[in-house]
Amino acid sequence: MTQTTTRMMKWDNMRRVYVYSVPTRIFHWLNVLAILTLILTGYVIGNPPALMSNKEASFGYWFGTIRFIHFVAAIIFVLNFIFRIYISFAGNKYENWRSFLPVSKRFWKSFWQALKLDIFQMKGKEMIIIGHNPLASFTYFILFIVFIFQIISGFGMYAAMSDKAIYQAFVWIVPLMGGDAAVRFWHHMATWFFVIFSMFHVYLVFYHDSVEGRGMLSSMAGGWKFFKKDIYLKKEN
Amino acid sequence: MTKQANTLYQEIRQKGYSRRDFMKFCSTMAAFIGIEAHGIGRVAHALETKPRPPVVWMHFQECTCCSESFIRSSHPIVADILLDNISLNYTETLQAASGHMAEKSLHDTITNHHGEYILLVEGSVPTGDQEYCCCIGGRSALDILKEVAEGAKAIIAWGSCASNGCVQAASPNPTSATPIHKIIKGKPIVKVPGCPPIGEVMAGVIVHVLTFDRLPELDSSGRPKAFYSRRIHDTCYRRPNYDAGLFVESFDDANAKKGYCLYKMGCRGPVTYNACGVTRWNNGVGFPIQAGHGCIGCSEANFWDNGPFYRHLASFPGFGIESTADKVGLVATGATAVAIAAHATLSTIRQRKNVQEKVDESKAEFEQN
Repeated sequence: MTQTTTRMMKWDNMRRVYVYSVPTRIFHWLNVLAILTLILTGYVIGNPPALMSNKEASFGYWFGTIRFIHFVAAIIFVLNFIFRIYISFAGNKYENWRSFLPVSKRFWKSFWQALKLDIFQMKGKEMIIIGHNPLASFTYFILFIVFIFQIISGFGMYAAMSDKAIYQAFVWIVPLMGGDAAVRFWHHMATWFFVIFSMFHVYLVFYHDSVEGRGMLSSMAGGWKFFKKDIYLKKEN
Repeated sequence: MTKQANTLYQEIRQKGYSRRDFMKFCSTMAAFIGIEAHGIGRVAHALETKPRPPVVWMHFQECTCCSESFIRSSHPIVADILLDNISLNYTETLQAASGHMAEKSLHDTITNHHGEYILLVEGSVPTGDQEYCCCIGGRSALDILKEVAEGAKAIIAWGSCASNGCVQAASPNPTSATPIHKIIKGKPIVKVPGCPPIGEVMAGVIVHVLTFDRLPELDSSGRPKAFYSRRIHDTCYRRPNYDAGLFVESFDDANAKKGYCLYKMGCRGPVTYNACGVTRWNNGVGFPIQAGHGCIGCSEANFWDNGPFYRHLASFPGFGIESTADKVGLVATGATAVAIAAHATLSTIRQRKNVQEKVDESKAEFEQN
């Protein structure tokens, strides 16, 4: 018997759970693409590099193109977010909107538990949660609020360039925040939230995957997570 | 004071202007306020038939740059008529009367024309404990404003001071300077921000009110759409450089000489709503960007606090003048990376036993079967 086989777990004792449905996975990866594009183009818009050219301005349009990509990615991002909201009503229970709302006492109890175990590395009983753990759910809840802020502030700024009702519907944010300069500033600042969130998010997925061995990393690819049979039955019944 | 008021047209003719001059004035104004060509007739008709409305022009915490700008508007009739004749029944800086006579003139206007006069306000008003910081004739500006605004038909807030507080309301706002719309409620108020606003814009707003007997169409911030619906950036003649990514990197470089976009020099054109790019200043001679200097956003609220003027990104509140959103963001990102590295190290040590247990468990299970 080789070393590898001795590390195998018996399949009979395992259950695989279909946690993330196809729509959720599509949402996730589209969202990754859109956010990456938005962060990169947004950064260039905020700090354009000094690319010089001998050509007349009328022959160049690269900065306009960057902005165009930013706006297209923004629209994809918004539609995708609306799609996610739809999933949170139509999808399975792990995708449901209820799992994101930090309202119940139980939610907060297991929120602190996750914070203690995973973040502060304190000793305690291992947590087994099939969907998102409450710490993750809470982070996504904050993230969704930042999504909404970015959408409102972005469309509010875009309203200066378009008479379309969809953009004009958000123009109120500008006087509310005290002018375009303030809206732009906070839109820019919130981008850093995405950067920092992404770092934590990716790291913690790797962390959970390696420590718990339940297929956290691959669950966003195939949708499956793996649990021991007895634990799964206890959780689900 | 209470004699039957002349129409504007009569006043203009008495001043020695020809009808041709008058029609030119009407066309200019119609163009400024953005009405169609056939609207010129309406402007002319209104000015010919309507008695000139009484106007009271109050000066509070301000520098009089709005008045200065106004009397320099390109069409001579603007200054002549609107200032000499229209009606300025009271304006501290330009009226001949002084002392009690001036106060009487104000008092007469607001009592005899109650509900009819247009109130133009230049300057912000100190409030609260600082109310005494601006007093005229022994009364506080707040007190005077409330009295004068009470019977006004409409209020036009001239300039950034009256519209959003301008420099005296900049942090920490030592005199609690307050713009007009935050003091007077329940009256139609037009904000004409700018430090100063463009003279033609000011004239355009007044002519609009005279012609149509109602306020011009306002945007969500209470500014006339005809002049404030577009950003300076959108009407800037340097805009093609922006789209082509050609930027001035420093004020003394070759790009500045070529007239590239001043975006990276902190130009506030992209966040400033005004007509500078179209109407321009000093009889259409130019505007700041044309002179090679970025816009400082003087018609936007809080523009003094959104500094520094020569940097594109505002400094981050509470982190000192050198901090930008990007610096703060980078530091936070760095801190995140450090935290993750620390956590990864710690968890590798702490969870080793945990992972090992799982490995053993699997092994045991496998051997069992």
